Amino acid sequence: MTHIDETKLPGVGALHCFDCQSGDRIGVISHHAGRREVIIYDSDDLDRVGECATMTPDEALVLADLLGGTSVTHRLDDLRQEIDGLAIDWLPISGHSAYAGKTIGDTALRTRTGVTIVALVRGDRPIPAPGPDEELHVDDTAVVVGTAEGIDAAAQMLVAAGS
Amino acid sequence: MILAATPGSATLLLELGAILVALAFLGRLAARFKVPSIPLYLLAGLAVGEGGIFELFTARDFIETGAQIGVILLLLLLGMEFTGDELTASLRDHAPAGAVDLVLNFTPGVVLGVLLGWDIRAALLLGGITYISSSGIIARLLSDLGNTGNRETPVVLAILVTEDLVMALYLPLMAGLLIGGDPFDIGLEISIAITAVVAALVLAIKFGNRISAAVFHRSDENLLLSLLGIALVVAGIAEHLQASAAVGAFLVGIALNGPAEHAARNILGPLRDLFAAMFFVFFGLQINPADLPPALGIAAVLAVVTAASKLATGWWSAARVGIDWPGRLRAGTTLMARGEFSIVIAGIAVADGIESDLGPLAAAYVLILAVGGPLLTRAADPIANWIRRRNRDSRAVSA
Repeated sequence: MTHIDETKLPGVGALHCFDCQSGDRIGVISHHAGRREVIIYDSDDLDRVGECATMTPDEALVLADLLGGTSVTHRLDDLRQEIDGLAIDWLPISGHSAYAGKTIGDTALRTRTGVTIVALVRGDRPIPAPGPDEELHVDDTAVVVGTAEGIDAAAQMLVAAGS
Repeated sequence: MILAATPGSATLLLELGAILVALAFLGRLAARFKVPSIPLYLLAGLAVGEGGIFELFTARDFIETGAQIGVILLLLLLGMEFTGDELTASLRDHAPAGAVDLVLNFTPGVVLGVLLGWDIRAALLLGGITYISSSGIIARLLSDLGNTGNRETPVVLAILVTEDLVMALYLPLMAGLLIGGDPFDIGLEISIAITAVVAALVLAIKFGNRISAAVFHRSDENLLLSLLGIALVVAGIAEHLQASAAVGAFLVGIALNGPAEHAARNILGPLRDLFAAMFFVFFGLQINPADLPPALGIAAVLAVVTAASKLATGWWSAARVGIDWPGRLRAGTTLMARGEFSIVIAGIAVADGIESDLGPLAAAYVLILAVGGPLLTRAADPIANWIRRRNRDSRAVSA
């Protein structure tokens, strides 16, 4: 297993690095604003950025796809479907979400948007039909059902509010 | 009636406009020669102050108020740079580096102040001036040079974070000491101020998310008004409690993260640039240019000593986490730049009038290191390459 070195860049985001067997060192900066920088370190000076490519979150996903890895939540994202005014969607709870750490009751999601959280996916474990006392954790994925507009509003609340 | 412009208001607009145009010109010049704009703004201030080329009459009051807002915005956005998590993580991993930074860089200023026979409080202010690196200049340098992803950068940023935390305690401490009075009053004043700072920090780290969720508004206009309003009110309260307006603004900044923070950085950034420029001009115009040349010699010595001490700080801190020597050299040279926060501290000294030599010395000192620091940072990689090449050549010769 490759060892990944994680360091915080205060005010910028986080830097993840790992060494390849070839001796190259690869790094990724995840900016708070969502931008990603992919770095190949200078082979003469492994602490210094040699080449660097900046990409949007979407482009970073394309790169991840090309390299053969996609995360569960994002694949789920594409499965969004609509049945006659009824929509279902998967909303990730990011670390910046104002509702991370709060209970489903606290969000008053159903009162405010008409959208119901029918399940939570925490890691690999689904929590079907969570009660109002269930807490939303960072990196949970909330499976929600409602109208398309309602879900957009819910996404604003849970996701966009934090990005 | 606003339309019936009085001669005074016409002069105000002319003076203010002329200054902004001049600053814009200087900013372009700075960008052209890849030096920070802060020293040029200071020079502009010197030129329009007492004994300068052209003395301002009507715009001075406006610039003074603008300068106060500038300090508040500088500290507000500084606080916003960091979330509670990042503060605690930086402290956990890099506390020794922060301590070395404080000892190595605070001491030279204090020692010089004492040698010059200044009041101990003035010496402590000079210590603060030599201690604090310019996070504005350094952030710009890191991104200009493409060094953000370098492995020594987390160390550099962590040191800047600890400096900012030290500032949060240092500013109210100095504010308390400068009021004077009997030791009991000073002690009480300082302990109240520092308790408030610590309480606010804990609140910010624990409830920052909720606070910023409450402040956040989708409309930029509303967000701008609420943020600026809150920052000014808290800064005003802090100033009233003698804890220094800057600290109040800094704490508001720390309390805000998440949605409010990202939007706020975008909308407050340009405002900060405008008022911070006024702040540098105002600091410059309080200083008589005639006082500058005599201070230059001492400032140069101080600059050399404290550039060396920052180099040592960066070198040691980077070595501590296993960075090779070229990275250590970069970390050390990156930290050398002094700028806005040294001027914030010097501004407190000038406003207090505690030591008339301090203002010119601080101005000369910042002029030297705001320009010289970044030049050395840019030279770090070429120097490292040169040394590497020489080593390789000498190895080839001996082989």
